[in-house]
Amino acid sequence: MSADIGADRATDRAGAHTTGRPHPEVPTNGVALSCRDVRVTYGRFEALGGVDLHLDGGEWLGLIGPNGAGKTTLIGAISGLIDHDGEVALGDGRQPGARDIALVPQSPLLPPGMTVAEYVLLGRTAHLGWLARETREDRRIAATAVRRLGLQTFGERIVTTLSGGEAQRMVVARALAQQAPVLLLDEPTSSLDLGHQVTVLELVDELRREDGLSVISAMHDLSTAARFCDRLALIAGGELIAQGTPEQVLQADRLSNVYETPLTVRHIDGELCVLPVARRRNA
Amino acid sequence: MAQALDPAIARSNLPGDDDGQDRASERAFRLPVLGLVGVIGAVVIAALISATQGAAGLPVGGVLTTLLDAVPGISIEPGLDTRQQAILTQIRLPRLVLGLLVGGALGSAGAAYQGIFRNPLADPYLLGVSAGAGLGAVLAIGFGLDLSWGPFGAVPAAAFVGALLAVSGSALISRGPGSSPATLLLAGVAMAALFSAAQTYALQRLSETRAREVLSWLFGQLQTNGWDQVLLLIPYVVICGTILIAYGRHLDVLRVGDAEARALGIDPTRSRIVVVVAASLLTAAAVSVSGLIAFVGLVIPHVIRLLISHSYRVIVPLSALGGAAFLAFVDVGSRTLLAPAELPVGVITAFVGAPFFAFVLWRGRQVPS
Repeated sequence: MSADIGADRATDRAGAHTTGRPHPEVPTNGVALSCRDVRVTYGRFEALGGVDLHLDGGEWLGLIGPNGAGKTTLIGAISGLIDHDGEVALGDGRQPGARDIALVPQSPLLPPGMTVAEYVLLGRTAHLGWLARETREDRRIAATAVRRLGLQTFGERIVTTLSGGEAQRMVVARALAQQAPVLLLDEPTSSLDLGHQVTVLELVDELRREDGLSVISAMHDLSTAARFCDRLALIAGGELIAQGTPEQVLQADRLSNVYETPLTVRHIDGELCVLPVARRRNA
Repeated sequence: MAQALDPAIARSNLPGDDDGQDRASERAFRLPVLGLVGVIGAVVIAALISATQGAAGLPVGGVLTTLLDAVPGISIEPGLDTRQQAILTQIRLPRLVLGLLVGGALGSAGAAYQGIFRNPLADPYLLGVSAGAGLGAVLAIGFGLDLSWGPFGAVPAAAFVGALLAVSGSALISRGPGSSPATLLLAGVAMAALFSAAQTYALQRLSETRAREVLSWLFGQLQTNGWDQVLLLIPYVVICGTILIAYGRHLDVLRVGDAEARALGIDPTRSRIVVVVAASLLTAAAVSVSGLIAFVGLVIPHVIRLLISHSYRVIVPLSALGGAAFLAFVDVGSRTLLAPAELPVGVITAFVGAPFFAFVLWRGRQVPS
């Protein structure tokens, strides 16, 4: 694997080969991305009101918050899809482009008639030169991405015939073929059952460790976010409410307040779990 | 590789089957060489038939030796007499090459319009682009606007203006509230009707002989006067054809939606403008030398899509080649079916294309764009 995608970035991460919670001692490689006072307004409505965030190299940052909090808007602003004020910059100060950030959208459009191989090859677009012809190298990189996501027998399948989990893996493969150091995931598992959710997230975690990718993902399920992310950023009403380690951010009072429903935070088998407070029947 | 993956996925990697899977994975990434060879073969066969068949039959061997003899550095005894050689180089070949260029222009422009409008039924003729180009050309030819700057004359320029007006009109109408894929085609019908009416009006203002000339051109003819038309068309086909082939990849990316296209590194608005301008210019150039030839841009990309690939980086170049072969075949029919009289190629392409179009509509389940 290390000879394949992102070998140059993979070295300092080799050996960190467990699933689940990342090791706290895994070193980070400086700042990968930073947002300063990022604001998005739609007409008079302020969807994001000045968000400051930073993402360290090799880190997984989870964006959590209720529906309509601004998670997708923030992902859109970071990836340059949504016009915004304020600054989004890479570690070296550059504005990010398609070679720097790969996006896995919430509900990707699957074009009828397109094969999985062609879809994954789209990830190479930003790397193509004159006449936009992909080279043997581009095809090799895309084929490697397909293989890493276990889709090697699916290359000739039409994208619209895939199951939800297969399609999600294919979209991750496209993002991987983009060879960008920062991966943005917009609720990547919202349409998957629990088993497939964990499969996809563990896969992302593994790719992150092998390639030294930095990941930002919007996530719905707080317990899953606590399990996979190094740090969490809680957003509500377009404002950043809290950021820090899962233990710091996931506090029952704060969450109950933000989600407007009584919630409790428990440790179960060493994992943080956020649960709704059971209401007594016939109360 | 497999042990690094999640167990659920690793299970699908049965031991001993890795080679087969790698081969399958490789095959999926291969370019459709067979399809390319097939289409090039069709072009060669069409060219040979077209060069040898006609009022004066020419022997295939003689045609080949004469062509080889014309290649610099090769000298062999041409198998044709002087009169036959003159027929070949001054009548047959210019017309054959013109047919190939016009067919290629219409085929690739049709494929490009289908990609941009995400509508498998888009075609220069059905979008009203040909009618717009036709009006521009009628005005330029009919009223003797005979300016030219090198290879770039007033007729293609006027045709281009008409083509852009028509395609912008169709695109604008189809973006209105409550539009569906059919709206674009109905908008094309409206634009075609408008521009055809304007053409008829312009024709009425012309003298009778002039009007007849213009009218016979409008039917869609591959009429040549030596190599003049070919030379006029070549720069447009080379420049715009190259642009469209390069943008085939953009057309694929646009299929995942504008937002994702931007995330993949493409500016959707810029790509659309470049492709529409190039396709319209190509249509305009083709219309100004050969009149209105319908359905090439509809039928050929459809066939390529059904038989070879759904990717525009394959559909656009192969539609150019396929359109070239198709029009060369049609031209043989145009010259021989009613010999010594000539049947306009536009009539034959409509006889083939209209039933095809009707079938696609009847089937309802459109071939995905």
